[in-house]
Amino acid sequence: MIEVKNLSKKYGEKQAVNNISFKVEEGEILGFLGPNGAGKSTTMNMLTGYISSTSGQILVNGADILEEPKKAKSYIGYLPEIPPLYVDMTVEAYLSFVYDLKKCKLPRKAHLKEVCSLCRITDVRGRIIKNLSKGYRQRVGLAQALINNPPVLILDEPTVGLDPNQIIEIRTLIKKLGKKHTVILSSHILPEIQAVCDRIIIINKGEVAVDGTAEEISAKLTNEHRMTLRIEGATGTTADKDEIVKALKGISGIKYVRADMEREKGIYDYDVETDENTDARRAINELCRKNGWNLLMLQLSDLTLEDIFMRITTGDALVGKSADSPKIRINLEESSPAETRSDKESKEIESDGGNE
Amino acid sequence: MGAIYRREMGAFFISGVAYVFLSVFYLLSGYFFYSGVILSGRTDTSPLFSSMFIIVLFLIPILTMRLMSEEKKNRTDQGLLTAPVGLWDIVLGKYFAGLTLFIIAESIVFVYAFILSILGNVVWSTLIGNYFGMLFLGSAFIAVGIFISSLTENQMASAVASMLALFVLYLFDSFASKVDNESIKNLILSLSFYSRYVEFTQGIFSLPSIVFFVSTAFLFNFFTVRVLEKRRWG
Repeated sequence: MIEVKNLSKKYGEKQAVNNISFKVEEGEILGFLGPNGAGKSTTMNMLTGYISSTSGQILVNGADILEEPKKAKSYIGYLPEIPPLYVDMTVEAYLSFVYDLKKCKLPRKAHLKEVCSLCRITDVRGRIIKNLSKGYRQRVGLAQALINNPPVLILDEPTVGLDPNQIIEIRTLIKKLGKKHTVILSSHILPEIQAVCDRIIIINKGEVAVDGTAEEISAKLTNEHRMTLRIEGATGTTADKDEIVKALKGISGIKYVRADMEREKGIYDYDVETDENTDARRAINELCRKNGWNLLMLQLSDLTLEDIFMRITTGDALVGKSADSPKIRINLEESSPAETRSDKESKEIESDGGNE
Repeated sequence: MGAIYRREMGAFFISGVAYVFLSVFYLLSGYFFYSGVILSGRTDTSPLFSSMFIIVLFLIPILTMRLMSEEKKNRTDQGLLTAPVGLWDIVLGKYFAGLTLFIIAESIVFVYAFILSILGNVVWSTLIGNYFGMLFLGSAFIAVGIFISSLTENQMASAVASMLALFVLYLFDSFASKVDNESIKNLILSLSFYSRYVEFTQGIFSLPSIVFFVSTAFLFNFFTVRVLEKRRWG
């Protein structure tokens, strides 16, 4: 349905999007996840033909967005980050304008009515958009995208500014739409992506960091190689901490140990990671028994999408790099979090400038 | 194009621009009609039209100031540029909306002519010639105004810059009179909007002038399309 090949965008010297490629199949809901300034909006703006790419190709239903823009655009319903609403108009007049603008051939009254009831804006149809709350405006924006029943829906942060009930409503609506439409959804809200999307692309610094289903991603990345321990040392004071860390590091296969917070008085939590072939649980138990320590807790850490996101976007190395999986690609750059942050900020400014 | 045209026509009236534009236009043209035609006891409408040049110069920027700048400011251009319409459709939809309002304003001269016809014999040929002269002038000015509006997000900046630009065009004649070099003088005069317009008010229906105004309108609409295009590649 949508095919993106080696897409890049440069704003002057700044590489906002760097060589992104992906495919979205019909009826798929794709989540586009990334921190602010990662290149989400830039990518979506290129997909919809609002801005052009520096290099690369975008095919929407077989039509190249640069070569057959009208055809490609007619397949797309787009809700930008800021809904393109003429705030002086009534909802009814505005949607009617969009209907004409998209040269919609469906029966006008019935179609507008259907879209309004789908987005639950029927009761505000006669009101001037200026006087509507942010939540309603967002829904009018969504209604605008749905007019003419485009096979592809591109939604840039569709739940921003909505209250929790409305968020659930919109998510349900998007899921429902996903049955008939191909949906690309961007967000920096992780549970949203997890709840709605079939497939997730995490984008960072303008590149695809991860591409796969939520299950695939977490299955690859969660394992018994990360755990949190709570160990009470011999003296039950802070003095035990270094000794325990040292002893844990001595177990073969453990490659990372870090003392966490003091959870109970004199007792610390320890984050432990082992290499992929080691199950260190028995060895840890043995160690505690031998030293007369009490193992109060052993918890395997599941990597949530949130952890994955955080690790990828702050440039932390991941456990169990899954380069062997063809479906999941992970590109991680070695960089300190501080660097990443300043880089992100400058990119944010850059992309703001580009939108103006 | 039709959808954009209809929306702009609606927006002129919702935003109040149409009321301001029409009332000021009617008021000033009414004054010039009274002082230039009625009081002088003649039925020739040319004095009215030659005074109107300066009014049109200041009023058209009011008409065009928000046409492009507002879209950019409110990010509604994103809706237009991602809809299955071409850039020319967008620009021409707006252009013809502006032109329509201008025609509504300008057509008041037929009311004046009707009043005159009660008092005496109206020279219809000069009136119609003048009417079209002003129409062509307006069509060129509107394109210039829309182009300037596309360069900024600020309506006031757009209006002021357009007034200035149109005023500079008006001054071309006086520039020309200060130049000694004959060929440069002729070049400036050939670009003069005012002398071409004045030809019409003298009852001369000159084809080169019509071509001049129409091609100016086309050129500036083309520039506006290029501005939109360039923004995409920015």
